[in-house]
Amino acid sequence: MTERKPPEKPQSMDPSTRNTTTKRGKDASLGREVQAKIGQQLRSYYDGLIEPTPDRFVDLLQKLDKSSEGKGSAE
Amino acid sequence: MSLDPTLRDIMLAAVPSLRAFGISLCGNVDRADDLVQETLLRALANIDSFQPGTNMSAWLFTILRNLFRSEYRKRRREVEDADGSYAETLKTQPEQTSRVEFEEFRVALSKLPDDQREALVLVGASGFSYEEAAEICGCAVGTIKSRVNRARTRLSGLLSIDNADDFGPDLTTRTVLAGNERP
Repeated sequence: MTERKPPEKPQSMDPSTRNTTTKRGKDASLGREVQAKIGQQLRSYYDGLIEPTPDRFVDLLQKLDKSSEGKGSAE
Repeated sequence: MSLDPTLRDIMLAAVPSLRAFGISLCGNVDRADDLVQETLLRALANIDSFQPGTNMSAWLFTILRNLFRSEYRKRRREVEDADGSYAETLKTQPEQTSRVEFEEFRVALSKLPDDQREALVLVGASGFSYEEAAEICGCAVGTIKSRVNRARTRLSGLLSIDNADDFGPDLTTRTVLAGNERP
């Protein structure tokens, strides 16, 4: 819905100013440095969310494990 | 039906990343924990349909993603946590220096459409391939690629990340100007 407008071209079309940026891939809409920075920020954000498995989930799975063991026949 | 201890351990090992994915999607730690809990319960109820040897993480991510999407259809995203107290609910807090960057990124990410955010996080952070992300989201690989690209473009605008070349001269110029104006 809000995505109507096409991504803006990050580079100038003026050939005289384009000579210094030939390293950039043609199919990439963003420069490599920009992509790398976003990737790095995304990963450090995500890493900041990683915590050891909370006890409630350990308990949950162990409890279910026991209750199903009780019901089933001995292996 | 009893849960194979090996499967249980694989499921538990997947939880930290699954939880981070949940937080990224809904923007709220408590809701993400509820999503993870519901995901584990669904997974256990359907454990027979899991094929040993296949990717348990991808399976769990698929369940959580679908739960989030169906829940989202019912109620709008309610808690936006505008006061920035969000990171405080995490036990492991980001270091002070990276705190600002963390907050900025969190806010920017929350502004992306759901489909772009999930694609970007799956590929860029959770460690899935484009193919796996496509399976998790139930769409074509090309669709994932274009969503990831759009997400990056959008984020670069929101975070004012420009080409690195632009920073150097600009900063220098600003410093020089600031120096000249000092009495």
